[in-house]
Amino acid sequence: MEIAQIPNLALAAPEMWLAGGAMVLLMIGVFSGDGATRIVTGLSVALLVLAGVWLIWSPQMGMAFENAFIMDPFARLMKILVLIGSAVAIAMSVGFAKLENFSRFEYPILIVLATLGMLLMVSANDLIALYLGLEMQALSLYVVAAINRDSLRSTEAGLKYFVLGALSSGMLLYGASLIYGFTGHTNFAGIAEAMAEERTLGMIFGIVFILAGIAFKISAVPFHMWTPDVYEGAPTPVTAFFAAAPKVAAMAMLVRIVHEAFEPAAIDWRQIISFIAIASMVLGAFAAIGQSNIKRLMAYSSIGHMGFALVGLAAGTEEGVSGVVLYMLIYMVMTLGTFACILAMRRSDGMVEEISDLSGLSRTNPMMALMLTALMFSLAGIPPLAGFWAKYFVFLAAIQAELYILSVIGVLASVVGAFYYLRVVKTIWFDEPQSGFVPMAGELRLVLAASGIFTIFYVLVAGQLSQTATAAARSFF
Amino acid sequence: MASLPILSIVTFLPLVGAAMIFLIWEDSEIARRNVRYVALLTTVLTFIISLGIWVNFDNSQSGFQMVERVGWITEGGIAYHMGVDGISMLFVILTTFLMPFCILASWESISDRVREYMIAFLVLETLMIGVFCALDIVLFYVFFEAGLIPMFLIIGVWGGKRRVYASLKFFLYTLLGSVLMLLAIMAMYWQAKTTDIPQLMAFDFPANMQTWLWFAFFASFAVKMPMWPVHTWLPDAHVEAPTAGSVILAAILLKMGGYGFLRFSLPMFPLASADLAPLVFTLSIIAIIYTSLVALMQDDMKKLIAYSSVAHMGYVTMGIFAANTQGIQGGIYQMLAHGLVSGALFLCVGVVYDRMHTREIAAYGGLVNRMPKYAVVFLIFTMANVGLPGTAGFVGEFLTLLGAFQANTWVAILATTGVVLSAAYALYLYRRVIFGALEKETLKSILDLNAREKMTLYPLVVLVIFFGVYPAPVLDVTQASVDALITSYDAAIAGAVQTAAAN
Repeated sequence: MEIAQIPNLALAAPEMWLAGGAMVLLMIGVFSGDGATRIVTGLSVALLVLAGVWLIWSPQMGMAFENAFIMDPFARLMKILVLIGSAVAIAMSVGFAKLENFSRFEYPILIVLATLGMLLMVSANDLIALYLGLEMQALSLYVVAAINRDSLRSTEAGLKYFVLGALSSGMLLYGASLIYGFTGHTNFAGIAEAMAEERTLGMIFGIVFILAGIAFKISAVPFHMWTPDVYEGAPTPVTAFFAAAPKVAAMAMLVRIVHEAFEPAAIDWRQIISFIAIASMVLGAFAAIGQSNIKRLMAYSSIGHMGFALVGLAAGTEEGVSGVVLYMLIYMVMTLGTFACILAMRRSDGMVEEISDLSGLSRTNPMMALMLTALMFSLAGIPPLAGFWAKYFVFLAAIQAELYILSVIGVLASVVGAFYYLRVVKTIWFDEPQSGFVPMAGELRLVLAASGIFTIFYVLVAGQLSQTATAAARSFF
Repeated sequence: MASLPILSIVTFLPLVGAAMIFLIWEDSEIARRNVRYVALLTTVLTFIISLGIWVNFDNSQSGFQMVERVGWITEGGIAYHMGVDGISMLFVILTTFLMPFCILASWESISDRVREYMIAFLVLETLMIGVFCALDIVLFYVFFEAGLIPMFLIIGVWGGKRRVYASLKFFLYTLLGSVLMLLAIMAMYWQAKTTDIPQLMAFDFPANMQTWLWFAFFASFAVKMPMWPVHTWLPDAHVEAPTAGSVILAAILLKMGGYGFLRFSLPMFPLASADLAPLVFTLSIIAIIYTSLVALMQDDMKKLIAYSSVAHMGYVTMGIFAANTQGIQGGIYQMLAHGLVSGALFLCVGVVYDRMHTREIAAYGGLVNRMPKYAVVFLIFTMANVGLPGTAGFVGEFLTLLGAFQANTWVAILATTGVVLSAAYALYLYRRVIFGALEKETLKSILDLNAREKMTLYPLVVLVIFFGVYPAPVLDVTQASVDALITSYDAAIAGAVQTAAAN
């Protein structure tokens, strides 16, 4: 009898570090009560940062746990992004927690646990591992969405998210069972092998259900309905978190599953992805026009951006994946910066969320106005800002794959989308000033400055980042 | 000298000035004055350095000169590649030359948010120069599109009553045209495996692909130019923009469309250009005749000049697509002359607008009695706009008509009616504003040009007349590049005819 090999645990060190750390923090929180929130928050950020540092320094690549867990350059880059997104989201909640009576030590711990789930999603090389990671992340997110339990909107958001999320998990699980039934494998490589031999209708159904489940997680049309309500209802730091890291993780998972497991069925899934991309871009562009709440606006904006990122995936090439990686990186930075601004929209009598509250910001707070303007133009995809390059590389891949109709619809949608970003700029610059916001908290300033400088000066690092993205994409080809 | 990256210096010097203004972090009268002086000094210095480009320019060479090339985004094959040839060089000079005038024109009329205003203008200058110097098509697109951001803010923040509408229309119209060009650029990259403009010029794109690419580029440049029927953003933008914004719009931004046709459409898609020239001719003729008639009916001075710009750009497109020496030389000359003349006309409108705060033609009349100097200056620019021989406007108009006559006699005949119409609307405007009895009470105390206004307008008068009687300095610069362009264009078409015959 063969003795089971001890898996290479070093590959999964960041995950184990987070799991252990989260439990220790939970103990600290439970035994010291709400007074420990500050310490727990600080330690959570430290946990995430250390996990990121480990990832940057450890060059070890390979598979572990019977090939259910994979570590490759793609996983490494996406994990670093996820960790940055989560750490920044926790840091940005500090000032909000103090002022809004939102001081709960569970919040940073739940985010650490969600991050653990996301890291597993990124590294999942097996349907079961994928589901475990996904549910770990999703369950934490449901709770986080409803964490402000005295607020009707927050609980409504949490409940809505939970019901729809559970539905999508069910679909994904059903798809996974179909795939397993028709291929006899849960491992991605095994599925690809079986599919290469023969593709049956059952497998296609399985692919459709799995993609539908994941589309829900990245809030792509037609599975986007929860997004505006949850974004609006959840406390703003939570929304900032939702908009960044989980999107990156789910997108990474989608990229891996279609390229590793469903590679032989590329013709089928590329059609599905193309449709989802078009629908998301168009809906994201048109539905945002009527919004007056900036959090809802950002919800539709994120729907649209997921559509643009999927354009790269629809190409099904190395250039496409590289474009997606770059898109998610730039999208995350821009989103975090924008939410830093939204979190800073506070008058002496509390938070405000309407776009019209920004009017005349260029006079009352010129620095914040400048950064937010750069972010808005960047989200609209105007060169030379970062957002333009994100779009450039996904469309470059789509044109190479001869997806002309998709590309033309995409760029036209980006023009429509530009309208609502311009409306924000118009409010900031052209309208008469109102009473200013209270001074921005230090951590928000830091995030906004970093994000704004990255966006404006992206052209200086564009070469290196494109190379990094291409190196990550090479993991699949 | 050769090792000094003079194009990059000229391009990015305004940005340095903008950064310096950015650091003046207070809002007092002294700070505002400093901001104005920093902006003026930067633009003047940029102009002086840019003259070095002209001095070092070798007229006998048709290729790109003062080339700089640094790797940038290797994954997309994109390089930071700059250089000028006879077609682009003078546009760089025109840009740097007009900027100090724009700053001077805003000296007193802009008193609110001076700092942001000057930063926007200096950033815009960098981007405009970059458009004309870029030798990488993606780099070109970046400069081309980025210019929308400062212009959007200039119109929207410092504009007139309907500034929000005008700025949004300007931005979205131009963006819509440009994104299609972006897709065409990507398709060209995958076809030719390069984004380098000189290499793309030498590349033979398949004939049917050329047509698609041509239309995609046309969508962008026709909006920018602007050609009928996509010109409607221009009158709005012009009317609402502050004076200096109108000057830049008319003098430089519109020229990017014509420059794009010369840099991309003709050399890269010669077959499609030859096939679709009748379309361009038709649109040009409509632009010349129709917008001239529209101009005749305007009661807003800026709107009238805006429509006249559309008509004048009709001559440019007509000349460019005539694709012979006279046509293209005339097109370039017309663009440069129109840059000076329309810029000067908007400055003239700015002079009276600063005094009376209205652009209604009906609000004026008899200005010659109180403002004789202004009347003379305005007359010279009006005549140049009409295309009177002896002014810069004549040379370009005449050459484009000469070129069009060789390509298609009917086009030339119809376009010539535009000359008559332009005289009609320009003289009609002049009569209503300047001549007649000075009856309106509000005008009785109006003052003639002050020293600052003389400083902005007199040099332009000299240049308009100088280039009207002695066009050689300009035509010599463009000659070699235009000849090379026509040679390769004719060769491509002859090659296609041969292949067709062989089949």
